[in-house]
Amino acid sequence: MNERQDPKTLKASPAGTPTPLIDGPEKTTGQAQYSADFYSPDTLTGVIYRSPYAHAEITELDVSEANALEGVVAIVTGDDCSQTFGILPIARNEYPMARGRIRYFGEPVAAIAAVDEKTARKALSLIKMTVKELPAYFTLKDAMAPDAILIHDDKAGNIEREVHNEFGDVEDGFEQADLVREATFKCAEICQTHMEPHASLAEWDDERQHLTIRTCTQVPYYVHLMLAHTMEIERNQIRVIKPFVGGGFGTRTETLNFEIIAGLLARAAKGKVALHLNREETFLTSRTRPYTEITMKIGMTKDGKLTATQCHALQLGGAYAGYGIVTILYAGALLQGIYDIPAVKYDGIRVNANVPPSGAMRGHGTVNSRHAFECLLDEMAKELGLDPVEVRRRNLLIAPTETMSGIKITSYGLDECIDKVETESGWKKKAGKLGPGRGIGFACSQYISGAAKPVNWTGEPHAVVNLKLDFDGSITALTGAADIGQGSSTIVAQSVAEVCGLDINKIRVITNDSAITPKDNGSYSSRVTMMVGNATIDAASRLRDMLVVAASEKLDASPQDIEIVNEMFRVSGGQDEGLPFQEVVEAALVDTGTITVKGTFTCPPEFQGGKHRGGAVGSTMGFSYSAQAVEVSVDPDTGQVTVHDVWVAHDCGFAINPLAVEGQIQGSVWMGMGQALSEETRYHKNGMPMFTNMLDYRVPSIIESPPIHTYIVESIDPNGPFGAKEAGECSLSSFIPALVNAVEDATGLRYTELPVTPDRLVEALAKKQHRDKVAAARKASEGATS
Amino acid sequence: MGPTEKSPRLLSLTLNGRVRHDAVPDNLLLLDYLREKCGLTGTKQGCDGGECGACTVLVDGRSRLSCITLAAECHDKEVETVEALGASGRMSALQRGFHEKLGSQCGYCTPGMIMASEALLRGNPAPSEDDIRDALGGNICRCTGYVKIIEAVQAAAEELA
Repeated sequence: MNERQDPKTLKASPAGTPTPLIDGPEKTTGQAQYSADFYSPDTLTGVIYRSPYAHAEITELDVSEANALEGVVAIVTGDDCSQTFGILPIARNEYPMARGRIRYFGEPVAAIAAVDEKTARKALSLIKMTVKELPAYFTLKDAMAPDAILIHDDKAGNIEREVHNEFGDVEDGFEQADLVREATFKCAEICQTHMEPHASLAEWDDERQHLTIRTCTQVPYYVHLMLAHTMEIERNQIRVIKPFVGGGFGTRTETLNFEIIAGLLARAAKGKVALHLNREETFLTSRTRPYTEITMKIGMTKDGKLTATQCHALQLGGAYAGYGIVTILYAGALLQGIYDIPAVKYDGIRVNANVPPSGAMRGHGTVNSRHAFECLLDEMAKELGLDPVEVRRRNLLIAPTETMSGIKITSYGLDECIDKVETESGWKKKAGKLGPGRGIGFACSQYISGAAKPVNWTGEPHAVVNLKLDFDGSITALTGAADIGQGSSTIVAQSVAEVCGLDINKIRVITNDSAITPKDNGSYSSRVTMMVGNATIDAASRLRDMLVVAASEKLDASPQDIEIVNEMFRVSGGQDEGLPFQEVVEAALVDTGTITVKGTFTCPPEFQGGKHRGGAVGSTMGFSYSAQAVEVSVDPDTGQVTVHDVWVAHDCGFAINPLAVEGQIQGSVWMGMGQALSEETRYHKNGMPMFTNMLDYRVPSIIESPPIHTYIVESIDPNGPFGAKEAGECSLSSFIPALVNAVEDATGLRYTELPVTPDRLVEALAKKQHRDKVAAARKASEGATS
Repeated sequence: MGPTEKSPRLLSLTLNGRVRHDAVPDNLLLLDYLREKCGLTGTKQGCDGGECGACTVLVDGRSRLSCITLAAECHDKEVETVEALGASGRMSALQRGFHEKLGSQCGYCTPGMIMASEALLRGNPAPSEDDIRDALGGNICRCTGYVKIIEAVQAAAEELA
């Protein structure tokens, strides 16, 4: 572990300085190349033939006429790939193209490579498929009905996974409570809707029997593994390159079917195939946040202390396993680690249905449970006549501590986050006093700084970074960390510059080419800053040590007396101005030539979670925390909710790049607003997704997006790089309950469904008005008769 | 293209300051013309037509969605893309604003955002925050929450003032 450093002394250094992204100029000038931007005249166009049925047995698939069309170079079907794929080695039950059984509308069945798109599309229309349709299920209720047929033969009751755990004595906890409440929350399925539609460019070199693929992934290493597995070739026959990626938000944290199809098509065509999915297909190929029903129960004493909580979660997992077990475990795992709760029970069930498989969207699995908890907590606080902010404050943890589930908490800035937001939002002056029609709500959340145990367990270090220093005096950092816009490459550059005492411009970062860069597990679970950051510091420290030794020999001093100030290596306390960096580099190269060093990082076993079943999920080197207040107005006639202001404080440990941290927090908050107010997928009666475009699937536009007042809290985690923790997911979760609590403050209505769309809200307000009227009339008549 | 189809017609336009003549089919979209015929891949496709703004370019100085504009419509017109904004290898004020203020994270919406902002600033050099929101209302960004995009445009307007 690196030493704890005082952030104040770091502020003038590369680490801690707001730094525009090192790959920013490419993006703003149009030079950045994404996976669809590699065009050459010899590239074939790939298209996918998709099922128009949600659940069916394929009885015949005839591609002969399509194959005979002039200009068609290759066609692949389920017959061309007999290996299942999936992110979890224990749950691979999906073929890149359906074999025998189709399980969701739009599932790939075949794919065509042709000389141009027009020919490819014409060939699509010549494919003939006959099927025997099967009953299809699109809701939890239908899929779980006793007479439902099985979507997968080995999954009884269409239950893909279920998990149950209890820590402490929940029954006893509820007995200790003065108030116990339970409520059910329904949360719509949400789609990542990254701006870049899916795209791969696959090149098969038939001479060398070698595949090169450029693809829009967050996890090039997993794509590499899955391509080798499904194409049944050696890993060394594959080169995976991740170009610029236009967002991911979790969809791209597993290998997706189109990436494998691109590889299969290129091999069959013996050439280069561009497979560009359109927006509709990208919606179909998104590993969404599943539709979820959460029943939350909380026990509280009359002074606001939590005594127990119990959570029951049902997730509509979709047609295949995907991240299944992990998602359903996460929905329970992060009930702990934010507040002091003596007893926690969790029951989670992930259900198969005939909709596209869901997966790991930003805040993986945790968001809807947090929403339910923070809404119910708010309601109970008010019922007890307590300030919801004060109730949260009464249940804080004190670090260092450990959850009942065995996860260590080494830093905890939630108290500071709460104080900051309470003050800045003017909470005390506003709560309960803005209405009617206007209100303010509050909520908190936490998230992990990287899953401490990789899904694909190999025993290798969790991150490896290589540095090369050569005659030109520039340092090249080689990393497999996938920068998808979050700024991980900039973190690497800043970390090297910080440790070696150099200007950031001397650091070049090369990423994500399996032929050049070391393996990295990828960008998911907010692991990159924690793990790659620490590996970078390790590598840079080794390089720095070599430079210091070279300088000390030239300066005739001992290495421990050498300091680096403004890129000069000098004897500490001496009068001599010392040696410039370039001279030290030349001295260091004399004996060895080009220097390459390697740094690694591994989360120690004691951080890899509890011993109970599923204990690795939720385990992390550090929890980040967020508190948030949201001020809204509600138009009672239209049901329109307008967000006026958001105040958010996020404990990211230490902000290595405060500019990027702010950007991540604001982006999370805003994405939470989409989930809270407008975003949802829906399906037609035949299982065809309804909202597969960006007009019907409504992500907020700039018009209705509020100012987001962002405060960075730095709790300095002892294990984080320079003290840093997560920054890019946590603040999504707290927005949603804060908004729903604000709607309650404005209208008195406790709304339990997401998203809070105008049509739903108008109806709910009307019902509430009716209920209030009936209650008032009863009260009046009781008064008259008594 | 099959032999029975109509022959392409000649398209003459000024693209990023240079006059070009290309044979293009009538149904070729401006977006595909720019990306495939001219190799200008800075202009992005984000949706299936007119939904997201990622493909925004300038035609005769006005912002247009190149994914729902035919290349043929631009005959004798002046088309500008994100690649044209910088001068002498340096970023334009807007490009610098988006870079330095982090108005760009993944970068995919950025060319469209910058071109829509360029159209705004040419007509309104000192836009209010509401003016900026209005001008960018058709451009979706999924990363930033727009806060820093507004700051980026404001920074550029200040630099140009």
